[in-house]
Amino acid sequence: MTNIRDWVNSGTPWVWMIAGAVSLSLFMVFGVLALTAARGLVYFWPKDIAELHYTDQTHQEIRLIGEIHGSEEVPLSRLTSAGVDVDTDKDPVARFLLKTGNRDVLGTDFRWLIEPNISQQAYPEGLIILERREWGNAYGYLTAVKEDGLIVARGEDAWPAFQERIERVSQLHERIRDIEKDEIGAINHGLEQLRLEERRLELAGDKDTKKRATIEKERSRLQEAYGELEQELTRLYTDSNRDNYTLEIMDGREIDLPIAKVVRAFRPNAMGTSAKVLHYVAKIWEFVSDEPREANTEGGIFPAIFGTVLMVIIMSIIVTPLGVVAAVYLREYAKQGFTTQLIRIAVNNLAGVPSIVYGLFGLGFFVYFLGGSIDQIFYPEALPAPTFGTGGILWASLTLAILTLPVVIVATEEGLSRIPRSIREGSLALGATKFETLWRTVIPMSSPAIMTGLILAVARAAGEVAPLMLVGVVKLAPSMPLDTNAPFLHLDRKFMHLGFHVYDVGFQSPNVEAARPLVYATALLLVVVIVVLNLAAIAIRNHLREKYRNLES
Amino acid sequence: MLEQYAHDLGTKMNETQTRTHGINIDALSRAPQTLSLDKEETALQVADLNLYYGESHALKGVNMVIPRNRVTAFIGPSGCGKSTLLRCFNRMNDLIDGVRTEGEVLLDGNNIFDRSVNVAQLRRHVGMVFQKPNPFPKSIYENVAYGLRIQGVKHKRVLDEAVERALKGAGLWDEVKDRLQENGLGLSGGQQQRLVIARAIAIEPEILLLDEPASALDPISTLKIEELIAELKDNFTIVIVTHNMQQAARVSDYTAFMYLGNLIEYRDTNTLFTNPAKKQTEDYITGRYG
Repeated sequence: MTNIRDWVNSGTPWVWMIAGAVSLSLFMVFGVLALTAARGLVYFWPKDIAELHYTDQTHQEIRLIGEIHGSEEVPLSRLTSAGVDVDTDKDPVARFLLKTGNRDVLGTDFRWLIEPNISQQAYPEGLIILERREWGNAYGYLTAVKEDGLIVARGEDAWPAFQERIERVSQLHERIRDIEKDEIGAINHGLEQLRLEERRLELAGDKDTKKRATIEKERSRLQEAYGELEQELTRLYTDSNRDNYTLEIMDGREIDLPIAKVVRAFRPNAMGTSAKVLHYVAKIWEFVSDEPREANTEGGIFPAIFGTVLMVIIMSIIVTPLGVVAAVYLREYAKQGFTTQLIRIAVNNLAGVPSIVYGLFGLGFFVYFLGGSIDQIFYPEALPAPTFGTGGILWASLTLAILTLPVVIVATEEGLSRIPRSIREGSLALGATKFETLWRTVIPMSSPAIMTGLILAVARAAGEVAPLMLVGVVKLAPSMPLDTNAPFLHLDRKFMHLGFHVYDVGFQSPNVEAARPLVYATALLLVVVIVVLNLAAIAIRNHLREKYRNLES
Repeated sequence: MLEQYAHDLGTKMNETQTRTHGINIDALSRAPQTLSLDKEETALQVADLNLYYGESHALKGVNMVIPRNRVTAFIGPSGCGKSTLLRCFNRMNDLIDGVRTEGEVLLDGNNIFDRSVNVAQLRRHVGMVFQKPNPFPKSIYENVAYGLRIQGVKHKRVLDEAVERALKGAGLWDEVKDRLQENGLGLSGGQQQRLVIARAIAIEPEILLLDEPASALDPISTLKIEELIAELKDNFTIVIVTHNMQQAARVSDYTAFMYLGNLIEYRDTNTLFTNPAKKQTEDYITGRYG
């Protein structure tokens, strides 16, 4: 008895409890990261393609080709009650999910297979996976490559010829995208500016024919350029549609498909480890650097990364001065008393308001009221199409700035209160006014604390999704908020965001099952982006701390 | 003529001064009594000064004249109001909530408590050095240039010269001339205090207030500060608050003894220490209380 009491009094159980709590937290954090990493990163590794012989419900043996995506154990009774005929005495029964692809031909992407009904399983080297621009992946055997409808290669020769032609088509496609996105984009931008200019003249009642003539001249110049580009586009399209390939799919049919729609083709069963690693790296690079395809379920997520980072940066630029000014007023200038205490309580409570409420506020105040007024005053020529009167990256950043303002205010106040009185007196005694003292000494010395606030703000803002859905995030933005058209930074544009991308791909995409690994990969990337942003802020803070290190003494 | 004479005498006194840190009877009775407040030029005049911290009456009807280009020391036990009085001279007390002052402090004939006085301007004329060294977390150079930059001096050459002059004036130049861009907080305590003095004299104030400038320092650093004070008085009027009677005796020309907010006795240092007029003063300097 006394031993236990001694043990309790010694404090050891508390140490164990605390250590346990810490390890549990760490375990959970790393567990989450490990899970997303495991689920997400596996997606890019080339899976082997299986060829199976399978007895289906009509007792016919069919051939199936695809990637095995997962398996589970099902009680026999459930299968029989569902009307599935199983010839086995094993219970439970293993069940496989097979991705058969070829959605354009077969209609479905996935198929459940019951293990006892699989009679044969092989991984022939000739099987290829085709990543396409439409309809998802295709699986099968390449039988022939055609140019202008004529067979140019067949059998074993088809594969190298096919690779060559894919290379050629990707180059053409690259050029097509350049033209469509950048060159035609720039022309469209110019034409839109001209239209607005004209409308502006109209609204102003300006009858200056000289101005109109210049606009008209500029317009015909742009249209001429557009015509040239269009011709080149048509030529490029015909060029890229020249080649076809013939694929033997699992039900034995041979189908002709355009090479122009192929992004990448590979034979995973024939690949060695080094080839697979190369493929893996290429896929990951595509993921972080490319634009999404097929309703976001394929390709990369670069615009979402870019949108997230840009939004966080704009938010930081807005929230830092605002929060610092508010904190300086509250701590240094306002008469301390009931009112300031009330304001502090209000600010602290603001941090607890659900973020969707901020989203609503942003929509009502920023988008409709502020944006609407800005449109009335500055962009009447564009009405009724809204410029700022609709969600955009500026409003999203502002909304998040308000959301994170309390954090910055509290951290800054904390920092200001830690500046020793002797430093302030030293500055004042040299003939500095209160403002000069604040500006030259106190605020620079509080900058590490301000950075701490900003770090917390960034961490919160980057992960926030709900309010953004109301104020400017979209599933697919046609153009990024930063481009080569003046004025380069388009704050009125809608943007893509990693958090929203996770939600969209995971729950709103046409093919949820196929996109699931992508959800994990995107989530992992979101975490990585937040960590990188935080590390950058922490590096700055540490630098400042080093500079103003006497605070610690 | 007279001023020159007094000045020469003062310098001589300083030369004969023995700089040790024990009680030194020689130092206390070192020179003939030639200093007299009546003969001095006025730097600062205090008239019927009362100061209240809320309800408590911290300074009670203080009247005194601070002589120009002399070192005046305030001594007295803790809480006697000597620091409060010092902080009145550059209105540092304004920073404390609930402080109320009555009476006048005249600088060049103008009451510094007047509403029209620009406090920042006033503090350029009346500099101050605090008990604990408080350099800014900036380079040595920027610390000294701070006051000038506040005044809008941007010219590099002007700043360079002023910084060098101030650091030489504070006896720090030789120690730091090769590392002006290093952080001022990297200096030792005594060097920091001299840096702070350099910072104060860089803006060339007329009066320099020292609030127990050596109390946080080791004996060697204290000695250096005291030597510095003796040099600085050629150009500045110095008022020093000190806890240490020996220090007051060593460095000051005039000494004011304060007790419970009252100015008890104020006269030239020699007389005060060797032949105090008031019983309270005698009790204090002989160590009967305090």
